[in-house]
Amino acid sequence: MREIAYDTIVKAVRDIIVHCGTDLPQDAYDALKQAMEEEKSPVSKEVLRQILENADIAKDEKRPLCQDTGLAVFFVKVGDEVKINGGLLKDAINQGTQQGYIDAYLRASTCEPFSRANLKDTVGYNLPAIIHFDIVAGDTIDIEYAAKGGGSENVSRATVLAPAAGMDGVLQFVKQVISDAGPNPCPPITVGIGIGGTFEKAAISSKHALFRELGSKHEDPQMAQFEERILNELNKLGIGAMGMGGTKTVLGVHIESNPCHIASLPVSVNVQCHSSRHTHITI
Amino acid sequence: MSKTYYLTTPLLEEQTRQLKAGDIVYLSGVIYSARDAAHKRLVDLIHEGKELPFDLEGSVIYFVGPTPPKPGDPIGSAGPTTSYRMDSYSPTLLKHGSKGMIGKGKRNQDVKDACIAYGGIYFGATGGAGALLGKQIKSAEVIAYPELGPEAVRRLEVENFPVTVINDTFGADLYQMGRELYEVKS
Repeated sequence: MREIAYDTIVKAVRDIIVHCGTDLPQDAYDALKQAMEEEKSPVSKEVLRQILENADIAKDEKRPLCQDTGLAVFFVKVGDEVKINGGLLKDAINQGTQQGYIDAYLRASTCEPFSRANLKDTVGYNLPAIIHFDIVAGDTIDIEYAAKGGGSENVSRATVLAPAAGMDGVLQFVKQVISDAGPNPCPPITVGIGIGGTFEKAAISSKHALFRELGSKHEDPQMAQFEERILNELNKLGIGAMGMGGTKTVLGVHIESNPCHIASLPVSVNVQCHSSRHTHITI
Repeated sequence: MSKTYYLTTPLLEEQTRQLKAGDIVYLSGVIYSARDAAHKRLVDLIHEGKELPFDLEGSVIYFVGPTPPKPGDPIGSAGPTTSYRMDSYSPTLLKHGSKGMIGKGKRNQDVKDACIAYGGIYFGATGGAGALLGKQIKSAEVIAYPELGPEAVRRLEVENFPVTVINDTFGADLYQMGRELYEVKS
């Protein structure tokens, strides 16, 4: 067994939250830069220029990239040979989240669903974090993190199609979701698509798909081709940066596919805004 | 062709009725921040015939919930939030003298109609450019509902705050116009 101190995890989580609040990851920055170079609409080009200037200011002056600093979302793979000393892993992640949000002057955005009361003084500052755990072989803890904003989450949708709908049905559904979303999710966006599994498995897969590096290809050539086809179709919608009209609505389409029930074809579309703040560490 | 304007608040109806969807405007002067929760309270005050925390006449309302300021700064990052959540309240505020809204994303027909009827403008600011936009805010003071935290009403002094006219007083919508130009129909 490898022993990892509770405080080591708190500190590591705190550090990635502070970093992601102000520093746009290189894959997102590069994708935006390429979009600016290729965008045909002068209005959208100017919006992309502002977005990149914003990223430069945020990084240089350590200011949050966006006022919506998100809910903290984690995918955590825990090695079966790891023992945490001094507390629970979940508590360590939550504590690190709270500390990071406070230290970096990020916004506390969690509230009670109906009273809308902010939970910062009761449950904790921007707590609870959204954590998806998995247990794997090994003696490390693998943490993927993203700050997930509300605007892009609000346009995300899930459904269960009839199996006969097939790939064309999936494409149709995704196209409808992104068309309806229009300017609201802060395009150019990343589109995470979860296919198969059960209703909730598809939704979680669509979230996890957003954590993949922009510009990377799906390991299955058939899926890689499907991603490319969806990307091209979505960019024909003409929505453009911040919905001003243009040729670059989507930076990347990421699919995660799972085996599913013989009766069902679950599909979930989770959208990430242009400020795709995400990172990955191994402890 | 789109024009560029430098305007100072409060806005006058003869100014707003000149603006067209796609025009770039650099706003200076005082604007007020309010999101859903504050909008509900403002509209309730109007219905009860009570005084509002600021003068609505010619006012520009910014849909924003900023991050906490770092020591020495007036405000943190402060980009626009998605505007449709204010759709049910905005027409009432426009009817009572407000002339501008700053946000991002689509508005419903009621808001567009109110812009035509009362000389209001819906401006878009670049979403996700909170660090850049926050720097154009020179002072910030909470003037109502401090218990709402980031959603409190703030009096913001801005200088050359960059916005684009999305919905004008003629019923035009930049989102529709822009999309029609670049949509590839299959």
